Amino acid sequence: MEKIKYVIQREFLTRIQRKSFWLLALLGPFVIASVIVLPVYFATLEDKDIKVIAVVDSSRVFVDRIPETKNLKFRYVDNVNIARFIKNFHQEGYWGVLFISHVVTYSPNSVILYSYGQPGLAIKYHIENALKKEIEHRILQANGIEGLDKTLQALKANVNLRMIKLDELGKEKESNTSLAMIVGYVSGFLIYLFIFLFGSQVMRGVIEEKSNRIIEVIVSSVRPFELMMGKIIGVAGVAIVQFVLWAGLTFVLVTIGREALFPEINRGSSNLTMQENVLQSGGASGSLNLADADNDTHENEGNFTARAIFDALSHIDFVVILSSFLFFFLGGYLLYGALFAAIGSLVDNEADTQQYVLPVTIPLILAIYVMINTINNPDSALSFWFSIIPLTSPIVMMVRIPFGVPYWELALSMVLLVLAFVFFTWFSAKIYRTAILMYGKQISYKEVWKWFKHS
Amino acid sequence: MQILDLKGVSKYFGSYCALNRVSFSVPEGSIFGMLGPNGAGKTTTLRIITQIIAPDEGEVWFNGHPLRADDIGLMGYLPEERGLYKKMSVGEQALYLAQLKGMNRKEAMKRLKYWFEKLEITDWWDKKVEQLSKGMAQKVQFVTTVVHDPLLLIFDEPFSGFDPINANMLKNEIIDLKQKGATIIFSTHNMNSVEELCDSIALINRSQIILAGEVDNIKQQHKKHLFEVTFSGSIDAFRKSLDTKTFEITDVYPGQSVHRAVVKILRNPHDNELLRSVIDTVHVVAFREILPSMDEIFIDVVKGK
Repeated sequence: MEKIKYVIQREFLTRIQRKSFWLLALLGPFVIASVIVLPVYFATLEDKDIKVIAVVDSSRVFVDRIPETKNLKFRYVDNVNIARFIKNFHQEGYWGVLFISHVVTYSPNSVILYSYGQPGLAIKYHIENALKKEIEHRILQANGIEGLDKTLQALKANVNLRMIKLDELGKEKESNTSLAMIVGYVSGFLIYLFIFLFGSQVMRGVIEEKSNRIIEVIVSSVRPFELMMGKIIGVAGVAIVQFVLWAGLTFVLVTIGREALFPEINRGSSNLTMQENVLQSGGASGSLNLADADNDTHENEGNFTARAIFDALSHIDFVVILSSFLFFFLGGYLLYGALFAAIGSLVDNEADTQQYVLPVTIPLILAIYVMINTINNPDSALSFWFSIIPLTSPIVMMVRIPFGVPYWELALSMVLLVLAFVFFTWFSAKIYRTAILMYGKQISYKEVWKWFKHS
Repeated sequence: MQILDLKGVSKYFGSYCALNRVSFSVPEGSIFGMLGPNGAGKTTTLRIITQIIAPDEGEVWFNGHPLRADDIGLMGYLPEERGLYKKMSVGEQALYLAQLKGMNRKEAMKRLKYWFEKLEITDWWDKKVEQLSKGMAQKVQFVTTVVHDPLLLIFDEPFSGFDPINANMLKNEIIDLKQKGATIIFSTHNMNSVEELCDSIALINRSQIILAGEVDNIKQQHKKHLFEVTFSGSIDAFRKSLDTKTFEITDVYPGQSVHRAVVKILRNPHDNELLRSVIDTVHVVAFREILPSMDEIFIDVVKGK
C-alpha cells in the first residue's frame, strides 16, 4: 500500500502541471464572480439617474396617484396633442411619456410608456402595480363594496411574508429565501459540475493507461486496486485545489467588483454599525437614530439593493455550507469516480464510453431535475428521499442545506454516502481488475456481470 | 537451484481453460524460453508469475518460497503490450516506474543514471515521451524493466516490434545480465529466433506444457539421426559406398566442386560408421549432425500427441 502514494503523487502533479488546469482555475472564478456581482450591479444600475416621466392621463383617474421614488418622478401634463408630444417630450426634459387611455379601467392594454432608453423591469412593475392598485380600488368603490376594500388591504399585508427563523437559542434570524435558493443552486450545480469534470478525468486517465499499453507494466508493480484508488485520490486532490482556487479567486474578484461597482456600500455599512452601537448604549434616543438610519437607507435605494444582497450574503453560514460542500463533493466524487474508473477500464478508447456512461449519468441528471424542485420546496418528500439516496444526495442535499436541514437527516445522508462509496469502490475494483487487461472487444453488461459473480 | 517453480497451475476465464495444470521450473542464472503459438497461454503464464492475475489452481514458488506480494520488486517485466505515458518526460517517468518497484528516489536516480549512460540516452531525460521515436521508447522501456536489478527478468515477445538494432542491443544486454547472475524468461511464438539464446525451454500448446527441459537434452531426444556430409568426388560412388539397410540418403545437393548429402542412419551403429563407409570413396570436406529446430520438434510433438 506504500506505493499508492507514488501513484497519487503522479496523478496529482501531472494534472496540476497542465495548462488546462490553470485556465479552468482562472476562468471559473470569473464566471462565478460575474454571476454574483453583475445581477446586483444591473439591479442598481438604472436607478442611478433621475427619470422624469410625463403622464398624459386621458382617464383622469391617476392624477397624483402614482407614487414617486428617489429616481422616478412623475409630472402630470394636461391638454397636449399626444402625437406631437411624443415627438418632442425629450426636448422638454422628460425621460418618457406614460400615456393612459380613458378606457384603462376595462382594457388592460391601453397604457403605453414611450421612452428613448430601455425601461427596466423595476419601472415597469412600479407603474403597473400603482395603476393596478388604483384600478382595483376604483372598481371596488364603483361596486360599492366599501368594507371589502379594507379586508383586501388586510389580506395583502399578509401576502408580503417576512420569514423569521429561530435557532436553538431562540435568537431571531431573518432568512432570505431567494438567497438560500441561489446558494443552494450554485453549490448543487457546482457539485454536479465537479463530479462530471473530475469523474471524467479519472475515466480518461484509465483509458489513457489502457490505450498507451502502460497498464500492464504498472500492474506488475502495484495492485490494480492501488492504481485505481491512487488515481481517484490524486484527481480528488486536483479537484480540491481547483475548488480552493475558485473559492479564493471568486472571493477576491467579488471584493474587487464590489469595491469598483458599489463603493458606497462599505461606507453605508459602517454608518449602520455606528448607529446600532448607539442603539445598544441608549434607549429611546437609540431607536430614533435607527429610524433616521432607515430613512437614510431608503433615500439611496440603488445602493440599498446592493447592500441588502451583500449583507444577506454575509449572514449565510459559510462554514457549514463550505464544509458540507466539501463532504458531499468528495463523497459524491469518490463514489462516481470509482464508477467512472470502471467505465474507463471497460473500453479501449474514449469514443466507446457512451453506452456505459449513460446509466451512470442518469442519477446525476435526475438529481439536477429534483434540484430545481427542491429549490422551491426544500422539505418535500421528493427532496427528502433524493437527498438521502447516495447517488443523488450530494447534489440534492447541498441544495437543501442553505434552507436548514435537521441534523439527523444530514447524518443519515452522510453515513449512507460513505457506505455507498465503499460499496461502489469494491464493485468497481472488481470490474476494473479484470477489464484493464482486455483489449479489442466490446464488453457486454452480461459479461461484466459474469466476472462479477466469478471473481 | 530453481529460481521459479510452477506446480500444476491452472487458470480459467469463465468456462475457458487458459492454462491446464502447467508445471515447469526455471534454473537460477539461466535463460529460459517459453515457446508456443499465439494463444497458447504464454502471456497468461507470465501474468501469473508477475502476480497480475492469480491462478485458480496450483502454486508458484519463487526463490525458495511460495510467491509473495513483495517478490514483485525482485522481478522485471516487459510485457508484450508495452507503452509509456506520452505526456510525461522520460526521466520523470523512469523515476516513477522505478519507485513503483520499491526503490527510493536517491537509489533510483543513481541506477537510472547508470543505465541512461550505458545506453547513451542521457540527453533524452527531459524529453516528453511523445517526442521519442518508437525505437527510442523501446530503450526507455528496457531501462525501466531492468533498473531495479531484478533477480528474474521476464520478457514477453521481446523481439516483436523491436527494430534490428534494438533487438541486437537487447540480446547483448540480456546475455550481459545473465552473466551478472540474473535469470531471464522469454516468451515467443517465433521459436527459432531465441533457441540460440536459451538454456532451457518449455513448449506450450493449447494451455498445456507439451515439452520442457534443457535445449541440448531436448534436441538430443528429438534428433532424427541425420548427418550432413560435404564431399568432393563422385556422387554415384558416394551412394554405392553406403549400405542401404543402415543408411538412407534423403537429400543430395550437387555442387560445382563439392556436394552435400543428407544421410539418415536407420539402425543404431556409431556415427563413425557412416564416416568410415565413405571415407575411402570420396574426399570428405565436412561432417555434421543435423539437429532438429524447435519448430520441427514442436510440430513433431504436437503430431505425436
